[in-house]
Amino acid sequence: MADRVPVSVTVNGASYARDVEPRDLLVYFLREELGLTGTHVGCDTSQCGACTVLLDGRPVKSCTMFAVTADGHQLKTVEGLATDGQLHPLQQAFWDEHGLQCGFCTPGFLMTAAALLESNPRPSEAEIRKGLEGNLCRCTGYTNIVRAVQSASQAIQTGAGVPVSATAGRA
Amino acid sequence: MAITQLVGAKIHRREDPRLITGGGRFTEDMIRVGTLSMVVVRSPHAHARITGINITQAQALPGVVAVLTAADFKSALSGTHPVAPAFVAEKHTIPERFPIAESEVAFQGEPVAVVIAENRKLAADGAAAVEVDYEPLPAVTDLLKALEPNSPKTHTNLVDNLGWDLAFTGEDTVKDAFASAEVVIKQRILQQRLAPTPIETRNVRAEYSPFDNELTIWMATQNPHLLRLFVSGALGMAETKVRVISHDVGGGFGSKVCPYPEDYLVAATARMLKRPVRWTETRTESLQTTTHGRGQIFDVELAAKRDGTFQALKVIQYLDVGAYIGTFGAFQTCACLLSGGAYKWPGGIAARTVGILTNRVPTDPYRGAGRPEATHLIERMVDLLASELKMDPAEIRRKNFIQSSEFPFTNNFGLVYDSGNYDGTLDKALQLAGYDDFRKRQEQAREQGRYLGIGLSTWIEICGFGPSAATAGATGGLGLTESAMVRVHPTGTAQVFVGSHAHGQGHETTFAQIAADTLGIPYDSIEIRHGDTGEGPAFGFGTYGSRSLAVGGMAVHKASGRIVSKALKIAAHLLEASPDDLVFDQGRFHVKGNPGSAKTMGEIAFAAYGPSLPEGEDHGMEAIAYFDPPNFVWPFGAHICEVEVDPATGDVAIKQYVAVDDCGNIINPLIVEGQLHGGIAQGIAQALYEEVVYDEESGQLMTGSLVDYLVPTAAEIPTPVLDRTITPSPSNPMGVKGIGEAGTIAASAAVINAVVDALKPLGINHVDMPASPDRLWKQIQQAQGGAR
Repeated sequence: MADRVPVSVTVNGASYARDVEPRDLLVYFLREELGLTGTHVGCDTSQCGACTVLLDGRPVKSCTMFAVTADGHQLKTVEGLATDGQLHPLQQAFWDEHGLQCGFCTPGFLMTAAALLESNPRPSEAEIRKGLEGNLCRCTGYTNIVRAVQSASQAIQTGAGVPVSATAGRA
Repeated sequence: MAITQLVGAKIHRREDPRLITGGGRFTEDMIRVGTLSMVVVRSPHAHARITGINITQAQALPGVVAVLTAADFKSALSGTHPVAPAFVAEKHTIPERFPIAESEVAFQGEPVAVVIAENRKLAADGAAAVEVDYEPLPAVTDLLKALEPNSPKTHTNLVDNLGWDLAFTGEDTVKDAFASAEVVIKQRILQQRLAPTPIETRNVRAEYSPFDNELTIWMATQNPHLLRLFVSGALGMAETKVRVISHDVGGGFGSKVCPYPEDYLVAATARMLKRPVRWTETRTESLQTTTHGRGQIFDVELAAKRDGTFQALKVIQYLDVGAYIGTFGAFQTCACLLSGGAYKWPGGIAARTVGILTNRVPTDPYRGAGRPEATHLIERMVDLLASELKMDPAEIRRKNFIQSSEFPFTNNFGLVYDSGNYDGTLDKALQLAGYDDFRKRQEQAREQGRYLGIGLSTWIEICGFGPSAATAGATGGLGLTESAMVRVHPTGTAQVFVGSHAHGQGHETTFAQIAADTLGIPYDSIEIRHGDTGEGPAFGFGTYGSRSLAVGGMAVHKASGRIVSKALKIAAHLLEASPDDLVFDQGRFHVKGNPGSAKTMGEIAFAAYGPSLPEGEDHGMEAIAYFDPPNFVWPFGAHICEVEVDPATGDVAIKQYVAVDDCGNIINPLIVEGQLHGGIAQGIAQALYEEVVYDEESGQLMTGSLVDYLVPTAAEIPTPVLDRTITPSPSNPMGVKGIGEAGTIAASAAVINAVVDALKPLGINHVDMPASPDRLWKQIQQAQGGAR
């Protein structure tokens, strides 16, 4: 068995130290070592973006990155998007705009879009579409995903947010 | 307790909170300590004899628990891969298929051995160490050459490559009409192979409990009950001893309907080793081994009068079934039965299907399955005729439409279209698309050397399978119905278990809307449960063929109705009134003319478990129903696509896309629109981008990753303009139809008709799919060369 090497990362604000195999991919480290299963694997070759997480605020495809490469870095996954019981405006917007169907690609889209809005708070439709090119969705035809990012962009400007617990079953 | 009408309302999905926060429950998200991983060793050849398998090295690797080949599974699994009759009851050849190849492999990716190890990495190491010796055999890759007597055979023990050859109606049906036709149009129309490509690949995990002799399988499937039936049968276990659980499923599009080799192999291995075993498909495995869709060649002839009146149609479908016949592969022959589209054919339709075996992965239903093909072929033919007669494509369609007064309409194959208003959707779509002034814009653009085109697709479809009487022959005995079981607890909360199983369609929301309205119980007090054969009704048929609402939703309605009937009797008993004198409104039963004297559904539910019930009434508030529809449902609509083609590059830009569809009454417009968005995107994807490519010589898959298989992104797919008309279906009590496949059924024809319309000045009359830049550029070059 291959030698194990230590890795220390901060994920969603919490510190983790683990010994991993050098060949361990970041996505499996997150999913199977840390139990953060919101990040998905869809293609193994960086096309679908279901595995997108933020590394020091920048979106990376965790299925084609080794866990050891993340050593010493700050990671954010979909589990870390909502804060203090408040959905991130993007999460709220994906819900409001019906930006997901099966939901498998959604965490990746959310992370990519979060980084996009961070770097470009008021993107045009074309900029959103271009910015989401690294993520594939098979269910929505992207229409409502684009609308969700537009609506989240507006919500962020106005500082809107909804508590997670207060939203079940609303019309 | 505020209850209003929920059916028809835009309710946000209750599925979403878990899915947007990383709390989804996909099969792979279940991390269980001690679970072994399986990796499958697969054939790198399209066709080869296996001359030896050496597992010694692999077995010796650390962490490898077992390396198993066909010989090891022979005693664990029995039978051959199930093949449903579908629309072809008598097949010429059904190659025997065992989940793992023994002496011969017939497509690239066919399982040859499996390695089970303590984790996926060690299993992959083990798989890489398995040595398989192959003697390559010639591969059958050309659909039409495969029928020639001297063609190599897909399997060495076959005498030919014919899966089936069935004439639904003979050529003599249309002989007279063609003999007297004023104009005849002929065209060969190709339907490329497509990979369904759900973003979640397939996966299975199984756990066997020797003490109870029970097997639990978690997997991504569209129909857990059917999977249980197949797997329990192959394992020789009672159906009741196998439980299939499928929580969140990351898309299916038809590809998670049939049973797959790994479903059997993982289950059998878990039982053999008495350890939990998991397997997850890689994307390359998915493209290689998950069933493909389409893969057909159509030879079509249309006979008409010079005034544009359609007379008769001849259709021959050559269907690439792959190396084995897919479980529901023959379903795709419904393209023949729907080839007449929205039109009348007084001179008849002659339709024949030929299923051809090739050394490729089997084809099976993919979103629309047969209906996109039918729409594409007839909508192309209609445009070819319009072009020949110099008629307006909208006008020629109107001239031949089945009229709204003619429903129910029996088509040339005896299928009865339930309701429709084809002019209604077309008129609305033409208006939205600005069709009237398009030709002017097109003319102006042409003067500037720009090529604009517009394409129509006035589609229809058959969906909502049952009825049981019409489908039992197609499945091999089980009539397609759908089940629901409603349990109202003493506190007035309800659970509804349904046999259909969502993979993105939002059943938990829409079925709760139906149940809430029918039961008079608040939406938030109703839980919808699906995807677990261990609870709810004994059987369900799953989600495909746009059937969940029109059959499954109606089962929810029916079972809920039974609860209300019982509640009425209890209410009458409690109110000391006659049931005939009671009114049920907004969750309350009250005496006619006296709304103050009332019992709520909650009070009645509590009373149902109490000491005083009407004479002869059982305790409890539970009901089960199977809904068996009297007919299929027949949605329809009109899609219009406008494109601009760059003749210098062959690039197609979609300028606008308009879709006016009619799926009867609507439960939740949010979901209907979402289904259309996604469906249209997949139709556009077929028209312009996607194609499974195999090397013609070797049969090797050339599109083995998403680098090569071009699933379009947000940058390619436009935002469609949607509108609707509502023509209720008479086939069910809520007047609903289906919408899951509509967009895909309609879109490819609209796009390609637009591309052809744009290129007409260059003398191009037909374009095959995908109309990729390289294909179009070559066609444009040829056309221009020919013109010179």
